[in-house]
Amino acid sequence: MGPSLDLFAALSPEGAWTVGQLTRRARAVVEAGFAPLWVRGEVSGFKAWQSGHWYFALRDRTAQIRCVMFQKDNRRLPAPPDDGMQVFVFGRPTVWEEKGEFRLTVVDLLSTAAGGLWQLAFEKAKAALAKDGLLDPARRRSLPAYPRRIAVVTSPDGAALRDIIAVTTRRWPLTELLVIPTRVQGEGAEGEICAALGLACRLEGLDVVIIGRGGGSREDLWTFNHERVARAVAALPVPVISAVGHETDVTLCDLVADVRAATPSAAAEAATPDRADVLVALDHLGARLARGLATRSGRVTESFNRMLDRLTGTLERRLERHRHELAGLAGRLDALSPLKVLERGYALARDEQGRVLKRVVQFPQGLSFRLRVTDGEVAARVDGRAEGGGPKS
Amino acid sequence: MARAPEPPPLSFTRQLERLEEIVRLLEGGGQNLDLDDALKLFEEGVERLRAARDRLTAAEAQVKQVLADQTGRLKLDDFDG
Repeated sequence: MGPSLDLFAALSPEGAWTVGQLTRRARAVVEAGFAPLWVRGEVSGFKAWQSGHWYFALRDRTAQIRCVMFQKDNRRLPAPPDDGMQVFVFGRPTVWEEKGEFRLTVVDLLSTAAGGLWQLAFEKAKAALAKDGLLDPARRRSLPAYPRRIAVVTSPDGAALRDIIAVTTRRWPLTELLVIPTRVQGEGAEGEICAALGLACRLEGLDVVIIGRGGGSREDLWTFNHERVARAVAALPVPVISAVGHETDVTLCDLVADVRAATPSAAAEAATPDRADVLVALDHLGARLARGLATRSGRVTESFNRMLDRLTGTLERRLERHRHELAGLAGRLDALSPLKVLERGYALARDEQGRVLKRVVQFPQGLSFRLRVTDGEVAARVDGRAEGGGPKS
Repeated sequence: MARAPEPPPLSFTRQLERLEEIVRLLEGGGQNLDLDDALKLFEEGVERLRAARDRLTAAEAQVKQVLADQTGRLKLDDFDG
């Protein structure tokens, strides 16, 4: 559209413009006539090219306009719009000279759906994860009571890591904290996080993984809403604690993790027992140990006593038997008593001193003696010669 | 792919499990335990308790950084954060 172009000259064939001249002029007019502006309409024929640029049409009931959104602008968006979606675009009307096409160069795009494009992308990824069962609460593993190795996937210079280190070393000293540094926001951060999680998968003897970052804007947290990141978290062979989102802003990473913590400090607390609590528990165990032994030896004493009781019982029974035997003996002794003999008609002779007189020689002439018969005594005297007699007793 | 070096041979969990087992045996779980065995268990329990307490009071958490070299081998370095 140099100064040589003359609209009036072009009114006759001799002064005809070239196509290039016309489209260039049209572009200049259109671009000069519109400041960048918001336009609303329905997306149609969406296509993302290999180059990363997006092409689509925006239309309403009566008209449509071709749109392009270059990669440098669309990479800030969480996801491409779907066909049929009602959107607002901010862009600059222009003419694409090569095709003689009136179009809009879009630099921003908002969905009119609740929550916009971010929410839509979130829901779409969430649905894909749910379809694969990754959001099933039954998948959640419980955390080990006494972790030996804890991996931390986070930014190496953030407050999140400092908090996690401080809390862990204070609470549970029997652990190794393995830091796997990664960027957590900005372009390409999701790839770095996936790589860091891949490293964690290869660590020997790992008990638990903490993935986290400090607070941030919704856009800052978006890295943790990538389906790729969520799937990498779900693929970890050990329980994962996610400390990414806010109270109000749950990320997909939080949803697939085994435990969600509100802050990085809370994540470290969830991962570790408190040394002081464990010391108290050890004291309890010690007390039970002592009581156990006391009960055990008490039981031994008891059974010893029972044994003693049984023994004394036997002794008593034996004594009883002896007592019976004694009574029997007494009976037999009684039977042998001389009084019993007297009963049978025998008499017993005794002198005045009570000595038993058994032989003839003990009976001189005139001796007074006494005869004991069964029912009493009779006084008697020797008045004749005694017969018989043998050797002196 | 190479793996990182073995973790330290701590197993606090196993130590505590054995302790609990000893306590349960002494508390009546092991019916056929004679006094001699009970005493032996008690001594083992006391020793394990002491060891566990010593570990808890003496240990200091290690902070390391995981690095992978060009061949993909994992390496643990001291973390100076």
